[in-house]
Amino acid sequence: MPGKLKAKIVAGRHLPVMDRASDLTDAFVEVKFGNTTFKTDVYPKSLNPQWNSEWFKFEVDDEDLQDEPLQITVLDHDTYSANDAIGKVYIDIDPLLCSEAATVISGWLPIYDTIHGIRGEINVLVKVDLFNDLNRFRQSSCGVKFFCTTSIPRCYRAIMVHGFVEELVVNEDPEYQWIDRIRTPRASNEARQRLIFLMSGELQRKIGLKVLEMGGNAVVGYLQCFDLEGESGLVVRAIGTACTLEKISTFPATATHPSNSSPSKDMKDSPQAAPSTLGCRSTHSSPVHSASSRLSQGFSVSVPTLLFAGMGSGGSAGKDAGPLKALLKQQTQSALEQREYPFFTLTVFPPGFLLHVGGVVSARSVKLLDRIHNPDEPETRDAWWEEIRQEIKSHAKSLGCHAVVGYSESTSICEEVCILSASGTAAILSSRFMQDGPLDTELRFEEVVSPGCGFCHIPYDELNIPFPAQLTYCYCCRRYKVPDVLFTTIDLPTEASVTGKGCLIQARLCRTKKKAQGEVNAMAISNLLPFLEYELHTQLMNKLKLRGMNALFGLRIQISVGETMLLGLASATGVYLTALPSPGGIQIVGKTPSDITYEQHISNMQKKINDTITKNKELYEINPPEVVEEIIGSPIPEPRQRSRLFRSHSESSDDVSEIDLSHGKKDAFVLEIDDTDAVEDIHALLTDSPTPAGFYSCNTEIMPGIQNWTSAIQMFTSVRVFRLNANLTNQGLNKIFSDLCENLLKSLYFKLRSMVPCCLCHLNFTVAIPEDELIQVAVTAVALSFDKVQTLENGKQSGEKTPIKAITENDEQLQFNLELNAETSSSSISPKGLSEVGSHPSARAPSVDYSSFADRCSSWIEQLKLKAHTIRRGSVKTTSSMEKASPLPEGRSRSLRSNRSYSGSSVAVVKMTPLSFIPGAKIIKYLGIINMFFIRETSSLREEGGVSGFLHTFIAEVFAMVRAHVAALGGNAVVSYSMKECVFMENPNKNQAQCLINVSGDAVIFVRESELELTSVQPQSATTQTSNGGEGT
Amino acid sequence: MSVELDVFVGNTTIMDKEVYQLWLNGYTVNDAVKVRIEGGVMEECEASAEVLLSDTMDQYRTFQMCERLLHHPAKLANQLLFQIPPDRQAMLIERYYAFDDSFVREVLGKKLSKGTKKDLDDVSIKTGIMLKSCRRQFDNFKRVFKVVEELKGPLVENIRQHFLLPDPLARDYAAIVFFANNRFETGKKKLQYLTFQDFAFCAGQLINNWTVGAVDNMMEDMDVDLDKEFLQDLKDLKILITDKDLLDQHKSLVCTALRGKTNVFNEMEANFKNLSRGLVNIAAKLINAKDVRDFFIDLVEKFIEPCRSDKLTSIDVNLYLTHYTNSAHILDTFKHHTVWTRYMGVIKSCILRMYHD
Repeated sequence: MPGKLKAKIVAGRHLPVMDRASDLTDAFVEVKFGNTTFKTDVYPKSLNPQWNSEWFKFEVDDEDLQDEPLQITVLDHDTYSANDAIGKVYIDIDPLLCSEAATVISGWLPIYDTIHGIRGEINVLVKVDLFNDLNRFRQSSCGVKFFCTTSIPRCYRAIMVHGFVEELVVNEDPEYQWIDRIRTPRASNEARQRLIFLMSGELQRKIGLKVLEMGGNAVVGYLQCFDLEGESGLVVRAIGTACTLEKISTFPATATHPSNSSPSKDMKDSPQAAPSTLGCRSTHSSPVHSASSRLSQGFSVSVPTLLFAGMGSGGSAGKDAGPLKALLKQQTQSALEQREYPFFTLTVFPPGFLLHVGGVVSARSVKLLDRIHNPDEPETRDAWWEEIRQEIKSHAKSLGCHAVVGYSESTSICEEVCILSASGTAAILSSRFMQDGPLDTELRFEEVVSPGCGFCHIPYDELNIPFPAQLTYCYCCRRYKVPDVLFTTIDLPTEASVTGKGCLIQARLCRTKKKAQGEVNAMAISNLLPFLEYELHTQLMNKLKLRGMNALFGLRIQISVGETMLLGLASATGVYLTALPSPGGIQIVGKTPSDITYEQHISNMQKKINDTITKNKELYEINPPEVVEEIIGSPIPEPRQRSRLFRSHSESSDDVSEIDLSHGKKDAFVLEIDDTDAVEDIHALLTDSPTPAGFYSCNTEIMPGIQNWTSAIQMFTSVRVFRLNANLTNQGLNKIFSDLCENLLKSLYFKLRSMVPCCLCHLNFTVAIPEDELIQVAVTAVALSFDKVQTLENGKQSGEKTPIKAITENDEQLQFNLELNAETSSSSISPKGLSEVGSHPSARAPSVDYSSFADRCSSWIEQLKLKAHTIRRGSVKTTSSMEKASPLPEGRSRSLRSNRSYSGSSVAVVKMTPLSFIPGAKIIKYLGIINMFFIRETSSLREEGGVSGFLHTFIAEVFAMVRAHVAALGGNAVVSYSMKECVFMENPNKNQAQCLINVSGDAVIFVRESELELTSVQPQSATTQTSNGGEGT
Repeated sequence: MSVELDVFVGNTTIMDKEVYQLWLNGYTVNDAVKVRIEGGVMEECEASAEVLLSDTMDQYRTFQMCERLLHHPAKLANQLLFQIPPDRQAMLIERYYAFDDSFVREVLGKKLSKGTKKDLDDVSIKTGIMLKSCRRQFDNFKRVFKVVEELKGPLVENIRQHFLLPDPLARDYAAIVFFANNRFETGKKKLQYLTFQDFAFCAGQLINNWTVGAVDNMMEDMDVDLDKEFLQDLKDLKILITDKDLLDQHKSLVCTALRGKTNVFNEMEANFKNLSRGLVNIAAKLINAKDVRDFFIDLVEKFIEPCRSDKLTSIDVNLYLTHYTNSAHILDTFKHHTVWTRYMGVIKSCILRMYHD
């Protein structure tokens, strides 16, 4: 009996009227944990009962504490008939089991009923007394911390990153055919909610055990998903990254660590041991792939996956990297090889962890579901995922990488067919966090090499390139080779140097398929998948070029299966990495050059495309310094051959040898119009409407080029369902789907127009095909406002000047920003940034060791001078650690103001954001994971405002419940919030609808940086890009 | 092909003031979209009509969901469903309870009953205010009336606390409740020239001086009813017109005071008995509920109209009433000074307010 759970029911308010005669309610409460139930007295005739109950005590195993939620049911007492349930509250007590998280749950929680939604609130107090349990064979894992955040949480320091943990549990679904049955729906849906709460608890406990086995104390990047497999059951699965974390105790101490301030700072913070991560590679190009089909129990097809990065011949270190690097790599490799899966769900890494990025790897497989016979042995599902993970692992290897980062798994189910997908970014990691002992000196040595470009350098042998690509010397350091384009699933590394701003890039695709059953259906789907992936990829590539960018971050490809179609949606954030070569334009080639009108048409289109590229470059402020062309590698092939590559992929593996030869010249990104498809593609390319003035968007955590965030944040969820006509062609479907997404985005911009200038961050699109001829798109994102004045300045800085980041070995981590003012703009730039420096008496400019810095950059500058004649001279901007103490900038005073205006409300304000941070604020405590599952149903759909009214209410209710639970834990925000499931079903004929929503996030306490100011002097993560950017946020 | 479902939910509830006003005014979604398009919001934000429609529907839905909370504004502050900043909450409440003067003028003093509600379509046609908006305004009156009807203590304060309304709006509601409760007649043709604000002013005077709460704050009674005892005492004022000596004496005192101070002295002198009879008769009859209802019409017929036909300016009226009131106190045999002051104070300010075209 190692734990005692105590609960006290204080009061209720806003209860519904249960007795029509008196317009009142005789409420009492049942408190249940495991098999024990307590009841309060009946509080007669009141809608605001005051129970003030005694402490109900449950003595339970800690295993149960982890698995079970505390169930609170509010009922209306009825002398003559059965008591009516008013609603329930499930309380996850996991946060109380960890000493570093919350200590008490106390507050008003909404009483929820699956039919009526929220029906009043109840005030409860919950505490847990844990006794130490020394049993080595225990089944519980109390104390392991869980984080949804896919980076090292902001008030912790990573001691060790152990690696991948996964687990899944299965059960029968108590209710999956909701609409046709005669039953009391509430009972079964409540059973479902309860079951899923239980299963998540169990899953979390099992994952925790694995973490303890590995010697860790936390799971970061915890991703839990449900597969509603219908008849064959319910699968709850989770993956995460096991870590050993150490809490950073005091603010001043913590401040030296970059990971505990908001990323705008992180970005500026020089990675203490920024390793130069060499080489990196990824991209697109060839439709390579390994196909294998295994028949285990049931039917399964492993889909020939398209490996974006192509396939390599095993990882070997770049020759020019030198022996030291090879040694280092070996070290890490051995550390990683001990692991079954060297996967990491992280997307942001502690400084010095990520060395090279190899490219996106993904694997999919199509399975036929059958009933799970024995819930205690979920081997089939385990085996399925194992196959996929093995495939991913081998893809990574072929890219010369030993690890996969930004890893995630997902499924799409339609009837009995299930597509399992996994994707990540092949990478080479430093051994720093994987072995005991302090960081060795080699890393420091490397760090000197390349601050912001290291991760772009190719990880594989340039003489043995796994797929066609052009390599050039890195445009930052000029010492290592980089690919022409880089695709990744991770966030933009904070130390990366980027030119201009980024933007959301989406590829959207619809493909019809025939209705079929069983194996035939599965086969048909698996045959379609590679085409789908290839076309998505081509679209991404085209759109990237059209924006004049050369890298994608946060790439997420979602494939959804329906009875008569497949949907593909790829979202990513495009940026221009300074280290990579400038992308060439897009050239259109006609098939029949003889025809004059046709020629005319082509040249018109070509002109449109060129104009768009120019416009985009302006819009995103992409003005890279021109550098001497130095294309390394193979000779330029004739255009014909190149274009072949893009149109002939479908001819399958026979072409592989040919493709391998075709190293195109980078300028010759040719689109050949040889069929209507291509024309469509080009049209689609040009129909993407630009974001309205004042808006930026990305699906990553931060937007490069913007740092001066204000405190105004607005998280939102938007859902649309579109009904299609029957008999549409692929092109028709594509257009509809694309318009749907575009219109949704336009609506978002319009809604949020009052926040301009603002950036929509972490735009997360989810598509589904709820039934035939319906497409559902759900978006969750956060809009962040920023200060315009500085943006302009910023833009100029990044656009017209080249920021160079460098670090001195100095402990204070001074940073310099070398600004090369272009003559044309020099008059307009100077004021703010530079004067700012002057205004700090403490600026340490005099003590700066400029020469060493200059040495490092001199070769660079030489080159720049060569190319850009207008560049006059460099001005050095320095900021010292004392800057923080300077007077409040405008942005901050604004945040103060808004803070105050909120405080008047009697309900605590809880911020929600899908990001892992809150602009302008510091997270001081993580209170535990929020993982909630709700079902809402109605049989009076019209009366509740139709489907939109129904879903609108439900989503608002889910938000309200998340906020209430966070507030009860003592928190004031949820970070890394996501809506992982939103399954909507309707039957308008019966006036019924049902929706399932699963949300998760980390409950935290944050304080505004302005409030912290007095208590701690933070060494300023010196501003490199903006003068006072960070704190305005 | 159609959008089947379209929702947007923000963690902080997004509400557009302009759309809110359109909703309050009773526009349908489609009409609201038209108005917005004409307003030029599209060009401003590079939006399309589709986007505008989606946004408008969404906002309308949000408002509808909020509406039941707005019926009990105190709930808005401690509900959990919508996270709305306090300043926004205040805006929502204030605008929801705002009303059109032309509408309120139609129902002022009427019983807030179902019957009246049924006639709202006529009101809507007459005033040009959409029926939906009329209903909302009417329901607001009724809701406020129901809540404060039974409450003790000062009327305005009660309204302000229960409905979280700003002071001027709370005062207006107090007037509406007061009129509805006493069923003052305001619809007669002769009263048409008076605005709602005229009546609201008079209501304020009556509430502050003629109710029970007006004399004694400690009294456990309501502000909505006139002080019965006072009304009873008013009958005693009749002596001013029934006693011939007193009437003559009063007249000569007033005339002495007025002589030379106005151009219309002769008319005043000629009309004195008539006017005085009018005012004192109004006072004496107020004990009957039916005559209370006719209070304003009586003021107009018995005093304002005669003055107006004699072309008195409001300065003249003021002068006349001042001396008329004061002179009574000098009369030897007149003992009812307190009642007289309490009565004439209100009458004077009401008449002055009402004395315009």
